[in-house]
Amino acid sequence: MAPAESILEVRDLVKHFPLTQGIVFKRQIGAIKAVDGVSFDLHRGETLGVVGESGCGKSTLAKVMMALERPTSGSVKVNGKDITKAKGAELKHMRRNIQMVMQDPYTSLNPRMTVGDIVGEPFEIHSEVLPKGGRRKRVQELLDVVGLNPDHINRYPHQFSGGQRQRIGIARGLALQPEVIICDEPVSALDVSIQAQVMNLLDRLQKEFNLAYIFIAHDLSVVRHISDRVAVMYLGKIVELGGDSQIYDRPSHPYTQALLSAVPVPNPEGREARERIILQGDPPSPANPPSGCRFRTRCWKAQDICAKEEPLLQIRPGTDHLSACHFAEALDVVHVQS
Amino acid sequence: MVEVLSGPTGRGSYSGALLEVENLHVEFHTRQGVAKAVNGVTYSVNPGETLAVLGESGSGKSVTAQTIMGILDMPPGKVTGGEIRFRGVDILKLPEEQRRRIRGEGISMVFQDALSALNPVFPVGWQIAEMFRIHRGSSRSDAKKKAVELMDRVRIPGARDRVNDFPHQFSGGMRQRIMIAMAIALDPEILIADEPTTALDVTVQAQIMGLLADLQRDSNMGLILITHDLGVVADVADKIAVMYGGRIVETAPVHDLYRTPAHPYTKGLLESIPRVDLKGQELYAIKGMPPNLLEMPSGCAFHPRCPYRREDCATAVPPLYPISGTRGSACHYWREVVDGSR
Repeated sequence: MAPAESILEVRDLVKHFPLTQGIVFKRQIGAIKAVDGVSFDLHRGETLGVVGESGCGKSTLAKVMMALERPTSGSVKVNGKDITKAKGAELKHMRRNIQMVMQDPYTSLNPRMTVGDIVGEPFEIHSEVLPKGGRRKRVQELLDVVGLNPDHINRYPHQFSGGQRQRIGIARGLALQPEVIICDEPVSALDVSIQAQVMNLLDRLQKEFNLAYIFIAHDLSVVRHISDRVAVMYLGKIVELGGDSQIYDRPSHPYTQALLSAVPVPNPEGREARERIILQGDPPSPANPPSGCRFRTRCWKAQDICAKEEPLLQIRPGTDHLSACHFAEALDVVHVQS
Repeated sequence: MVEVLSGPTGRGSYSGALLEVENLHVEFHTRQGVAKAVNGVTYSVNPGETLAVLGESGSGKSVTAQTIMGILDMPPGKVTGGEIRFRGVDILKLPEEQRRRIRGEGISMVFQDALSALNPVFPVGWQIAEMFRIHRGSSRSDAKKKAVELMDRVRIPGARDRVNDFPHQFSGGMRQRIMIAMAIALDPEILIADEPTTALDVTVQAQIMGLLADLQRDSNMGLILITHDLGVVADVADKIAVMYGGRIVETAPVHDLYRTPAHPYTKGLLESIPRVDLKGQELYAIKGMPPNLLEMPSGCAFHPRCPYRREDCATAVPPLYPISGTRGSACHYWREVVDGSR
């Protein structure tokens, strides 16, 4: 890829949630290290997929990038300006440029508002964007763009199906013409046949408006389909980052390899021959992550060094992309070897 | 395939399939009208066999399973036709007392959401042991001992120490193991798993599917796996029944179904899923949305979304046309679907 312009720069982002004890005299007894030192760039018009299991910090990452949570440390620069330090009118102005599509289309739309009110609400908040007179027409245009009937502007969310509601959420995200949209599990609540419709819509909108997406999901097949680059997270850290074929065809971190080999491939041919890396146990608690490499407690390659020294996210010998493993080694686990 | 088994439920030497569902109809009477959830479902399972029932939400796959288990809420649910034969006996006609004996010992079930299926105020060991106390009349200490053995069998680490823990103290994957332990406690001949891994992460999903496969091999259970995930089905199923709008639209051995789907819905589904091993261009998307059960389309329920549709599809309900001894498709034009012309 050509050295495209970065629109979002995330540097050493840390978000710890304090754990407290006591009611009157609260004291901190520890912290949930939800996001613990994450850095990446997002270029204009590209899609960065973020994958990881539940509890790895991917949704917290989204909230911090949206400035819905203040980070413990680190920075998120949107077009060179740090959104985590912005306040008041400046923050409000910056938020126009970065919008979000939520996971659950049933709870993320207010049941008492009409579709027109929901999609038009961003214009109420940012009233300088569009004069009142033009809003209704603009909302109808937006509904048309996401493939809904513009005449349904006065309907309520319950009159739509799950896939259509997700389209309403997307229309709301598009309203202020942002450059970045953060999609937090946008298709995981939808049926398979509807999932494809929404993903195609996201694809088309990206081309049409030159949008950059952060696409957070736990489904690795969905992420591969939509992403240009992929970041794999484990316990608050990025363990591997690279282009989609680098991650999916030549994964080098043991966790990525295990994750990919666990994905069921919808093709029964050669299913007996497919090798599975089955991880033992569950991820450790983010309140008390293991020393050194956080994955070492479930890793089959772990040696003494892994407990002592934390592996940095860097390009390792024999691989072509960033990986946080002392023993990184490219290995194709997805395709059936013949 | 049928083996002669003997046991507490009078496992005799019946020579048909172990479990046969035939032409089952289930309706729900609601204020908005009658929702026809299941409209003539027929399938069968043999010992050691894995049947995958594939379908989207509202296709009737779970309602069929609940009817087999006899845990459907009636009313509003109502079985309006058909038979469910377990070892040749229609269990829909049995009195509740006898159905209760079959539940757990003959047929048992694993649910999707283990956290809401387990009772939060009792220790997990107590809940597993309940199976032995109630069905077998075991003493408390005996039952608890067996509960620990079962927790070992489903590979819960430190079973002896964790038997008195409560459900909230376990992770999602461990809770699902506890559900499985309860389901296999009495050595059932049929295990119904309703979306057993949908709520779990992929690495944990792989663990649970592996566990189910091992348990099935050890005890030669018949397994009915209800899911919407085409990947999971490809991994474990022997045969597949695809459901749409309360009907089975296609049934086939697993390899045939993925190689040459014979129903437009199956074909569309297979083309619309993103693949982890391939990077495709635009996904094929099935137009429209699943049918409303209160206002089913006339004729073939899939016809409003179907690219193969002709005029008679809106009027004539397609029967399950036999394609070969083991395959069937409920499409008037299945030959065109197989030939690949659209």
